[in-house]
Amino acid sequence: MTRILKSIEEFEGEVSESLVIVDGHDLPPARHDGGSPEIGRSRRRIDATQRVTGRARYTQDLYLAGMLHARILRSPHARARVRRIDTKRAEALPGVRGVLHRFNTPKTPFRGDDVIFREEVRFVGEEVCAVAADDEDTAREALALIEVDYERLPHVVDLEEALGDVAPQLESDGNVSESGSHKRGDTKRALKEADVAVDVTYRTSTQLHNALETHGAVALYDGEMLTVWESTQHVFGVRTGLKNALKLPYSRIRVICDYMGGGFGAKNGVGKYTIVASLFAMRFGKAVRCVLTRDEENLAAGNRSATLQQLRLGAKGGRITAIEHTSWSNSGQGKWIANPTGPTNTLYEVANVNTRSYKVVTNAGSLSAFRAPGYVEGAFALESAIDELAEAAGVDPLTLRRRHAGAGKDPITGNRYSDKHLLECYRIGAKEIGWDRRRAGGTRGSAPHRRRGIGMASQIWGGGGGPPAYATVHVDPDGSVVLTAGTQDIGTGTRTVLAQICADELGVELDDVRVQIGDSAGPFGPMSAGSMTLASVGPAVRLAAHDAREQLLGAAAGVLETPKAELRLEAGAIVSKGARTPLGEVLGKVDNNTVIGKGIRFPNADDLAQKTFSAQFAEVEVDVRTGEIFVERIVAALDVGRIVNPLTAASQVEGGVIQGIGFALSEERIVDRALGRVMSGNLEGYKVPTVKDVPTIVVKFVDRPDRRANNLGAKGLGEPPIIPTAAAIANAVANATGARVRHSPLTRARVLEALALAGIRD
Amino acid sequence: MPPTIDRRGAALRGPSAVDVALEVNGERVVVHVPPRRTLLDALREQLGLTGTKKVCDEGTCGACTVLVDGRPVYSCLTLAIACENRRVETIEGLAKDGELHPVQRAFVDTDAFQCGFCTPGQVMSIVALLRTVPQPTEDDVKRAVAGNLCRCGAYPNIVAAGVSAGRRKRT
Repeated sequence: MTRILKSIEEFEGEVSESLVIVDGHDLPPARHDGGSPEIGRSRRRIDATQRVTGRARYTQDLYLAGMLHARILRSPHARARVRRIDTKRAEALPGVRGVLHRFNTPKTPFRGDDVIFREEVRFVGEEVCAVAADDEDTAREALALIEVDYERLPHVVDLEEALGDVAPQLESDGNVSESGSHKRGDTKRALKEADVAVDVTYRTSTQLHNALETHGAVALYDGEMLTVWESTQHVFGVRTGLKNALKLPYSRIRVICDYMGGGFGAKNGVGKYTIVASLFAMRFGKAVRCVLTRDEENLAAGNRSATLQQLRLGAKGGRITAIEHTSWSNSGQGKWIANPTGPTNTLYEVANVNTRSYKVVTNAGSLSAFRAPGYVEGAFALESAIDELAEAAGVDPLTLRRRHAGAGKDPITGNRYSDKHLLECYRIGAKEIGWDRRRAGGTRGSAPHRRRGIGMASQIWGGGGGPPAYATVHVDPDGSVVLTAGTQDIGTGTRTVLAQICADELGVELDDVRVQIGDSAGPFGPMSAGSMTLASVGPAVRLAAHDAREQLLGAAAGVLETPKAELRLEAGAIVSKGARTPLGEVLGKVDNNTVIGKGIRFPNADDLAQKTFSAQFAEVEVDVRTGEIFVERIVAALDVGRIVNPLTAASQVEGGVIQGIGFALSEERIVDRALGRVMSGNLEGYKVPTVKDVPTIVVKFVDRPDRRANNLGAKGLGEPPIIPTAAAIANAVANATGARVRHSPLTRARVLEALALAGIRD
Repeated sequence: MPPTIDRRGAALRGPSAVDVALEVNGERVVVHVPPRRTLLDALREQLGLTGTKKVCDEGTCGACTVLVDGRPVYSCLTLAIACENRRVETIEGLAKDGELHPVQRAFVDTDAFQCGFCTPGQVMSIVALLRTVPQPTEDDVKRAVAGNLCRCGAYPNIVAAGVSAGRRKRT
């Protein structure tokens, strides 16, 4: 019977309630007895051959016949009014097809604005014009021929400058607005009564995603359908953005993302380049390609906000009694902030907590979600401060955390966790790193001027996923299987784990399952973000496979004239009393019939909190002459429910840790304050980790199914591994040297400064 | 006027598009490109060999690595015309008769990629390494791919792939 149910979901720290149309019943939790033929097994990616041979077709690899090339002219000013645009010379250039700008482009609602070309441009890199031409060179040449009359206006790009009185006020209500708060207990009193307290300020720098495939889209309009290929984490989100911008019904928009070269949160929806390509495509009836350059990517395609964070912590009798945490985030021209106080609100059982977060607008590119947005920044501050408190209280920092990490309830909602093994993560990680070797004050390093230390930090994050998500399983007359699901593979191995779940539940070989995803023509599914793909789509796939299997067994019962109860489907064959008949043979007896199994994601329990937990341990050496940090080993111990594919899961953890190392040690967007220009807009100036920056990484999973989370028992894994890395490293550095670096990344200059402040010299 | 194929003549051609003869993956091909066209763009746009990726287009990431006369080069910093009559190898040319090159097989087995966008460049760098160092150490592999960025962080598995590919070279 079709009915409506309530569901509670969490997305990147925000909990919301939704309604879900459901039919039938969910499956009981999948078995976890080691007998699954696929789930829990390391499998090579089913699309691996395509990716290693160069045959995988990414958006930027699409060259359609007669395709036009679009390029975007961007503001060279941090803030200016666009008074006049002269495109005559550009349009006279042979091969130029058209120019779009604020004076000739229809209203196209985009993220709260009603146009894509604003009268007042508000950061260096904001879109001013777009050109379509027969080839890319011509489009680029045309940009140089466009004359724009700008009236320059006062700007501010720096977070702390924007907080001050002399900065220009960019919004009618100022630059600063409150975006969230949480209060429990009485922190003032607790701090007054504390034995020890710390009062510390942390800063984190702007991190740029730099997915290797830049943002881009290819649009094609045939008079009826707008088809858009886009490098995206959400084909349906792009479809919604286009519907809003272009006023087309969903049925006339199809968004495809077959292979995509990384997103990390920056590709969660439609971009102005998508709308530009679509507008041109609809005007000229041709395919139009608009792909950003690396420079554009680093100006106008999102970032992780820089933050300023103040924390006051108190302890009494060896326990944390109070945490106050106030945070300001540089959201640039973004309309939201990721909340750095999230971990403070929920990670530890502490009676008195008071947090507040503020959004600060500046004349810099908008933030976008970046792998655990807010939590990476917040965990760096919180987990560093906990160590500072432990040090002041004379308590081992792991012991202090253990005293607060066992809670079984979410402190905000009071809901029980569906499952939680944070203490087990501590145990596994401490053993693996050799926590008992850690000495207060660190130890001698491998050379006289090198100090060695160990540190750790922990993490909480969502990852429970939720509805709506749909899947279908088609079994064709030859016994081959097509799994269609509303999702996309952003490099996390989604195709592979979904095929494993399907093969496992259906009873066929992994090789027999073809996975069709990344197409809005198929059933709806969520954004590949918020660590929610597996926990959202996986259970729907399992249900679809189950439905298909039941139908197949029913059909086989008729064909083989055997009671259904005596039949099983195993490795692609119907098994009856020891006799095996291949599925294709059974179905071959019923011409061209197709079995279609359907699956949906049932709601989350509304009285439980589905969370992921983990801890990371770092061992480092620090050269106290140069300030250089050598990360030698990172141990990551994670509780993310059941692991479907240990091979790809470990890869994802390693990747998260490596991005965390980048955030901790080298990644920092540099903006010239006077001009508002990004000075690190390429991969030379902006330092993402290379192979030589990577230490030994040990990955350990608790691997216990969360049977109350969903029918698969699995939770998300994308974001947990990046959250604690920077704090674990900073804590190891402090252990090694006695110097506390409170500003990420921990560059040599900052380490040397902290060493000097602590009075430590070679 | 038919273009002169020798090196001195090549320098004099242009500025409009000219025919440039290349050997790509064992096949002789002619592309019609302006002299300023990079090898990367010629491969992708003229020859449809889109396996080689454009990431930075300025020699800072290694994604566009191909082999020219057996040596790894950044194809975004190499002009197509400068490869006249030279041997160019791309990711598309590695698998033979449907069988993956040992480096490709090692990448598959060790899960040495996530999104796969840097993979063609990483593979080509290691293929070049194996021709001079058939059994590389971890350090050899790290040196070979030090100029190949991977934003997903597949580095540990890329190094493992390089070492294991050396152990099971094509027979």
